[in-house]
Amino acid sequence: MVTATQERPAARIANAAPAGAIGARLTIEAVSHAFDIRGAALPVLDRVGLAVEPGGFVALLGPSGCGKSTLLRLIAGLEPPDEGRIAVDGRRVDGPDPSRLLVFQDPTLYPWRTVRGNVALGLEAQGVGSRRAARIEAALRLVALDGFADVYPHQLSGGMAQRAALARALVNEPRLLLLDEPLGKLDALTRLAMQAEILHLWQEKRFTALLVTHDVEEALVLAERVIVLGDRPAAIRADIRVDRPYPRHRDDPELVRLRREILGILGQPT
Amino acid sequence: MRNLTGSALFAGALPRAASLPDLPRALPWSGLAAAAAWLALAGATLALPESGDFPRTGSLATGAGLLGLALLPASLLASRLGRAGARLRHGSPWVAALALGLLAWELVTAKFELLPMPFFPPPQAILEVFLDDWPKLGGSILNSLKLLAGGYAIGAALGFALGVAIGSSRAVGYWAHPVLRFVGPLPATAWLPLAFFVFPSSWSASTFLVALATGFPVTVLTWSGVAGVNKAYFDVARTLGASPAFLVLRVAIPAALPHVFVGLFMGLGGSFAVLVVAEMLGVKSGLGWYLQWAQGWAAYANMYAALIVMALMCSGLITLLFRLRDRVLSWQKGLVQW
Repeated sequence: MVTATQERPAARIANAAPAGAIGARLTIEAVSHAFDIRGAALPVLDRVGLAVEPGGFVALLGPSGCGKSTLLRLIAGLEPPDEGRIAVDGRRVDGPDPSRLLVFQDPTLYPWRTVRGNVALGLEAQGVGSRRAARIEAALRLVALDGFADVYPHQLSGGMAQRAALARALVNEPRLLLLDEPLGKLDALTRLAMQAEILHLWQEKRFTALLVTHDVEEALVLAERVIVLGDRPAAIRADIRVDRPYPRHRDDPELVRLRREILGILGQPT
Repeated sequence: MRNLTGSALFAGALPRAASLPDLPRALPWSGLAAAAAWLALAGATLALPESGDFPRTGSLATGAGLLGLALLPASLLASRLGRAGARLRHGSPWVAALALGLLAWELVTAKFELLPMPFFPPPQAILEVFLDDWPKLGGSILNSLKLLAGGYAIGAALGFALGVAIGSSRAVGYWAHPVLRFVGPLPATAWLPLAFFVFPSSWSASTFLVALATGFPVTVLTWSGVAGVNKAYFDVARTLGASPAFLVLRVAIPAALPHVFVGLFMGLGGSFAVLVVAEMLGVKSGLGWYLQWAQGWAAYANMYAALIVMALMCSGLITLLFRLRDRVLSWQKGLVQW
């Protein structure tokens, strides 16, 4: 559905960016975290350790409610971890930063802003909105929403809204993109198209990607590494390298084998 | 995928008039009925003898007759008059009903005296007030509007600022919340005796009361709007590098605006009540004062005239507020039409 041969204006953005502006290195060391629920501590992460190479694509796979999303919030800097250390390019994460962006399961577009206004949000927040107008248009073209720039979010379909949310993140040229089940609420066909789109954007922009999902197939089709997390409190159960060229096919025998293996780890009948 | 959603986008723009039968050659019955009703009102007003001395009976008959005569060609040509014609066709049942109502009123008062006279003046007596007493009535409207505008603007601005502050700052909320809970529900009119001796003039006292009546609902609804903003909106802005000021001004306030407008609407209703009471009891001008004055002199026609004007003024102001809201909140769907 997304044609890689199509002329992409994104190439110009990539050229405009400084030469070193590609994926960040992510280091997570013995991170533990608990929720405070009416005074009682509910542990969600248990000494999670993980290193992601610059430009890598890693999927975090686990049962729902196991703490995957919490880990992404900690990496994004929205909350500090109770214990352990999270560092990006060797620098400790101590707050949110536009170089590390989170794409949520809900597009969470601002309903009072047009699609263009939503995409411009990051540049406006950083006070560079007016100088980077061309980047906004380029980001809209990148996710094929340039015809819908002046439309309000309630007029968009689910897939279009999620593409707008991707553009809102990509316009800031993040070095680390955190994807929190971004396709979880989309219908099956839109999902396939968006998986191809995310893969394409990652290959083109070379950011480091960390995808949280509970869809084994999605993880295997997209990621270079699949980290399997156990039930709450989440600890790493397996770290599986997916050494297959892109674009991958769902019925690739190697992927089918890995799928069976992962489902076994998760305790599901295969 | 894009084509599908693209066409869904424009589905809302389908012409609604398509469901109405298109009968260009049929006679515009409702328009002709409206014309007939106004002509009947003119005829009855002129022809029937009346008990009492009403100098403007002729004006009423002339006005009704001219309107009826104008409606005849207008309704026959309505299909060629574009938007104005469409509005006329839509409104003509109401235009007819208005004439019939006036006719009934005319008959039970001036003509057959079925209602006791000084308390229920006929339409021509009220027309007389509009035609002969308009400088005083007009001045009263102006004074009411000035007082209302000042108090409402102050109350809305302070209420909005306070609501945003309570909603976005824990410290402000800690101190303001109990005060608001204790003082807010008190009707603004209860402050009236106090306000009139604390403030240097009755005008400033009334401004204070109107501001108070406006400020409470605006504060509470702005606050609840800001407090109810989807937390994920803040997460999005924070990860994108937003400053605390950006979070308040560009995230919390726009997200809270639908609530703010509910507060502004409630505040406007409350401010009307306080305005009239304040003008009746202290201020020596305005529509409330005019009402009081008319009642004192048993000038009941003046009272009805003032009531009509007041209804038009309040309704007009609410309409203005709704227009403003429709402009500001054009991104929302499913707005209540006023």
